[in-house]
Amino acid sequence: MAAPSITPADADAIDLATLERSLRRPRTLFSFTMSVLTGAATLGALSPLFSVLYLLVLRGGKALSMAVFSELPPAAMTAGGGFGNAIIGTFVIVTIADVIAVPIGILGAIFIAEFGPDTRTASAVRFAAKVLTGLPSIIAGVFAYAAVVVVTGGFSAMAGAVALSLLMIPIILLTAEGAIKAVPARMREAAVGMGATPTQVVTRVIIPTAAPGILTGVMLAIARAAGETAPLLFTSLFSNFWMSRTFPAFLPKTPDDLMKPTASLAVLIYNFSGSPFDNQVALAWTAALILVVMVLVSNIIGLSLARRSGD
Amino acid sequence: MSAAPPTTTPTTNGNGGKVPDDTVIDCEIKELFYGRFKAARDIALQVKKGTVTALIGPSGCGKSTVLRCLNRMNLVRGFRLKGHVVFRGQDIYASNVDPVSVRRHIGMVFQQPNPFAMSIFRNVAFGLRLNRYKGDVEEKVERALRQAALWDEVNGIMRSSGLALSGGQQQRLCIARAIATEPAVLLMDEPCSALDPIATRRIEELITELKQKYTIAIVTHNLQQAKRIADMTAFFYVDKSNGGRTGYMVEYGPTEAIFEDPQEHHTKQYIRGEFS
Repeated sequence: MAAPSITPADADAIDLATLERSLRRPRTLFSFTMSVLTGAATLGALSPLFSVLYLLVLRGGKALSMAVFSELPPAAMTAGGGFGNAIIGTFVIVTIADVIAVPIGILGAIFIAEFGPDTRTASAVRFAAKVLTGLPSIIAGVFAYAAVVVVTGGFSAMAGAVALSLLMIPIILLTAEGAIKAVPARMREAAVGMGATPTQVVTRVIIPTAAPGILTGVMLAIARAAGETAPLLFTSLFSNFWMSRTFPAFLPKTPDDLMKPTASLAVLIYNFSGSPFDNQVALAWTAALILVVMVLVSNIIGLSLARRSGD
Repeated sequence: MSAAPPTTTPTTNGNGGKVPDDTVIDCEIKELFYGRFKAARDIALQVKKGTVTALIGPSGCGKSTVLRCLNRMNLVRGFRLKGHVVFRGQDIYASNVDPVSVRRHIGMVFQQPNPFAMSIFRNVAFGLRLNRYKGDVEEKVERALRQAALWDEVNGIMRSSGLALSGGQQQRLCIARAIATEPAVLLMDEPCSALDPIATRRIEELITELKQKYTIAIVTHNLQQAKRIADMTAFFYVDKSNGGRTGYMVEYGPTEAIFEDPQEHHTKQYIRGEFS
């Protein structure tokens, strides 16, 4: 075709057929091929996700009943039963882990992003967090075993929470740092110009503006922690009973209730999925389905909270 | 800073000279550094109550730097000032002065509209809440928005995000936010440079109205704008001798005098649009 500088005379001379889209031209063919490839890759990436969900609904749905929420894990060879204690256990362990990890992660992120981004402490923290994100979860379990189980003298929900919080802190810290850094500098400047103290700049402008990003990090961390099995095997172990001895038994009431071996969905799935008994295998599938739904629901709640805090 | 009442008696500045009653800010900068870089020198200007003072000059002449000196918004590390900035009789660079409280008395509007990512209402109420204002916040917000000529456009959508407004509206929102706490002085750093001509005109009209109540210092690239709105004009130029880039004040006086009868060579050239 002609050079880009087309004079009116040249423009009249253009053969309109050359403007038609044709796969015979190499550029068009390349573009078409790449579009097809990216589409195929997307489908390829999504297919494991959907096949997992499909299997979970298909197999997990079978044993789904009210009993799985209200009953205790069945012994071998028996029918029925459920895993209400494991649902509550997972909820309790992850909640305690949140209570430990969220403040540390967010406050740490505020420091390394806002107050001392260029300090040596900040680069050390950042480096440590990046290393910790790659920490094999079983190491977190071993650490919590040594630091909590051995010290307190037994397996407990608390020990499991400590192990999970170790996995959560770096995720929260790094995502929150990114979210805080993404707050436009001119908003920070506006706040300073209004006479906000450094603390007020952070609490009234930076955190509210970064809230959706920070919450995303928290949700990611929860999703990761809720599904972890290895660290809990060393720390919370499992229990076939409710968390409390007093009525209502499903509700942990005293600090003591947190210091005993505690059931969790992840460990239940691990235990039951290898079981030779059909009933237990079926319950493992149902537990997996419920775990996925729990993570999904907490994600939805978190994101809608984040959206609301924006206005 | 202690809550200094408006000074009614003449105060002395660093030179021991008398500052007239109506001077709200008396700024004398001998030298201003960023680390080892000398950014400005030899600046002496008085901002008078109820007037608009314009700072004009070519790019890099330090006019924004000087404006930011007036409420201690020079946040860059290594900032150092030789001289003084006296606000109502108090040197705001004195060691016992908290820059945060200075900024609560001397507000600022920036070049880029910078509303917070929150509702229009909360944007305007921001300063009031910082100051833990006990009175009727809604009334104050409405008044600020009316003064900023934005009320009619946002009344009814107060809960929607400030970021959803157009550029010109955002800038008026920022002005409303700045005046909601009724600061003594309003500093404006090229408030119209990101806006289209119509929005610019509205802001200019607004500035002319606001000077009834507020003292205003404005940096502008636009000579016509200075001519239209400013009572006093300071012309800055940049000294590039010895490989440096130091801004200094060439001439300061009533706007008419600066535009009609400039005394200095550089001012004449710049006003006539001749650039060396």
